[in-house]
Amino acid sequence: MIPASGIGWYGVALAIVGGALRVSTPYLFVSLGEVLTERSGRVNLGLEGTLLMGAMSGFAIGSMSGSPWLGVLGAAATGALMGLLHAGICNLPRVNDIAVGIALFIFGIGLAFYLGKPFIAPRAAMLPALSLAAWSSEPAVRAAFEISPLLLIGIVLAIVLQWAIFNTRFGLFLRMAGESADAARALGRSVNAIRTIATTVGGAFAGVGGAFLSLYYPGNWNEGLSSGQGLMAIALVIFARWSPLRCLWASLLFGGASALGPALQTVGVTSGYYLYSAAPYVLTLALLIYSSSTRHTLAGAPSELSISR
Amino acid sequence: MQANRGAYRGARRAAENSAASVNWQLTTDFWSGIAGARDALEAICLSLGAIVVALLLFGGFVALDGKNPLAVYSVLYLGAFGTRFSIEGTLTQASPIILTALCTALPARVGLLVIGGEGALVLGGLCAVLTGVAVAKAPAFIGTLVALLGGTCAGALWIASVGALKRLRGVNETITSLLLNYIAIALFNHLISGPIRDFSITLKAQSWSVPQAFGIGAIPGWSVHWGLVIGVCACIALFVVIRHTTLGFSMDVLGGNRRAAQVAGLPIGRLVILACAIGGGAAGLAGAIEVLAVHGAASESLIVGFGYTGILVAFLARQNPLAIVPVALLVGGISASGGLLQRRFDMPDATTQVLQGLIFLCVLASNALAGRFRWFAR
Repeated sequence: MIPASGIGWYGVALAIVGGALRVSTPYLFVSLGEVLTERSGRVNLGLEGTLLMGAMSGFAIGSMSGSPWLGVLGAAATGALMGLLHAGICNLPRVNDIAVGIALFIFGIGLAFYLGKPFIAPRAAMLPALSLAAWSSEPAVRAAFEISPLLLIGIVLAIVLQWAIFNTRFGLFLRMAGESADAARALGRSVNAIRTIATTVGGAFAGVGGAFLSLYYPGNWNEGLSSGQGLMAIALVIFARWSPLRCLWASLLFGGASALGPALQTVGVTSGYYLYSAAPYVLTLALLIYSSSTRHTLAGAPSELSISR
Repeated sequence: MQANRGAYRGARRAAENSAASVNWQLTTDFWSGIAGARDALEAICLSLGAIVVALLLFGGFVALDGKNPLAVYSVLYLGAFGTRFSIEGTLTQASPIILTALCTALPARVGLLVIGGEGALVLGGLCAVLTGVAVAKAPAFIGTLVALLGGTCAGALWIASVGALKRLRGVNETITSLLLNYIAIALFNHLISGPIRDFSITLKAQSWSVPQAFGIGAIPGWSVHWGLVIGVCACIALFVVIRHTTLGFSMDVLGGNRRAAQVAGLPIGRLVILACAIGGGAAGLAGAIEVLAVHGAASESLIVGFGYTGILVAFLARQNPLAIVPVALLVGGISASGGLLQRRFDMPDATTQVLQGLIFLCVLASNALAGRFRWFAR
């Protein structure tokens, strides 16, 4: 955590900004993956498992090869495989996508801990950090504004996805599979194929989100690495109303909210630590209750989605 | 209602054929006769087939890891059911899972996919401590009863709110219950690390202890606590309610076909909230029993994923309360054999979770085969 001693409450704001920049990256990648999947009409509730598999494989490949970027690629490939598994089972008739997600969540976590056991001890080469605050002489400020190159990639990805979903042929078919499977079928498109591609690519994004956890911040591999970012992303996508660009803002908001507890701890407010850590969940629940209605589905929700029916 | 049963039967059959996998259920009703029995047989065969496939995949997986799969299987059996000691371990593991599985199975009867068992269990344990401490001066039997009731009510209210939000605001129940899990755990951690912490224990954050006299003892002759019996009784009672009462029948109509339930004038809102409350109550009871029979206080050791394992058990049992008991014994056995696998083969403790995940995936995939075999056809 960034030391805030000496700069007092100003440090709390700084820590929240720093936390938002730091903690938001996995949220961003997982939620972008989930947006892509849900836009095609399926929910992948197993992204927590994918995230941990990505973190484990990224760390393992990174520490064996010595190149963290190879680790990121490996994490993306592992995530894609997990997505493919989800899509493959969901393509079968009479299979509930949410249930498959829960199964993959249990399976992915188990597999990541099983395969990752030998890698708990060593440290891998970490991803480099870019400093946005070279102008400041205050080390706390410098530390707060250090960002990972993955965050920049994530921002670019969000913008590209926003453009691609609404301006390309594939984006059109993707939305068609999500809004009306019958329409896509009528145009001779295979709905299952579109959804398989979307889920696989979405899984790859979530894998990269995991690699951020193990290769940048907190930057190691252990069994308590993820604090539910993969599951939170499901709520975050609803929060962002299925728009990649809004996912970016929502991720920063959630990152800041997650940093609230630790930030207050640095200035001596320790009593409500666990309650502050629940802030993102309460925020999402309140927003869901506010924006839901029995008369219409959520604004922006793909109508083939099982959670919007 | 009784007179209308025949009229509903057609709707119910149609609903069951079209129902998604959540509600794909056994039909062992006495009036369904042979057809129902064949349905049940098909469900059992598919589930057993899925477990066999999952075990084969698991064998392949450990073989890739350089272990002899046959040796792993035999240790798995030994750790789960091989000795009296391991059977006792299995039964102890199964007892909370039976109850948390009901938290998914009951709402599934009315068509809701609730995954909030973990949160309800944790809050149930918490409230068992609070109510138990509040009535510390009461006679032992009354105190135990009050603590169990406190835990049950906490879980019931917690999950009933999921159903209520679904009915009143249309909030998706899966997402709500998922978020509530995290909120419950945060609340739990907050309380046991401050307001109700027992500061005489410094090693870990632990709440005040429930008076020793309120503890739930072991079944005579076994080192298995009475919680198992409570769980089995709850499953049998709920099975009877679902199969042989108008309430259970209304739930099945609603879960199979909402429109039919509306046309029949069933109180949909009340049924949804009631199903959620019963399920949540069961999970809360599981938490209370764990506190009273095993831990004596609320601490981190209550949060070990019994709620998530319960989801697996509910799906494997096809949301049937009676089938939950044997399935929970099987899954509990897998969990219980983890320690032995770890000692014998130096395998990580996540091994059993890999196997459970594989079984879950195979069972879901096996739904695709339902109705494919001529032999089971009506």
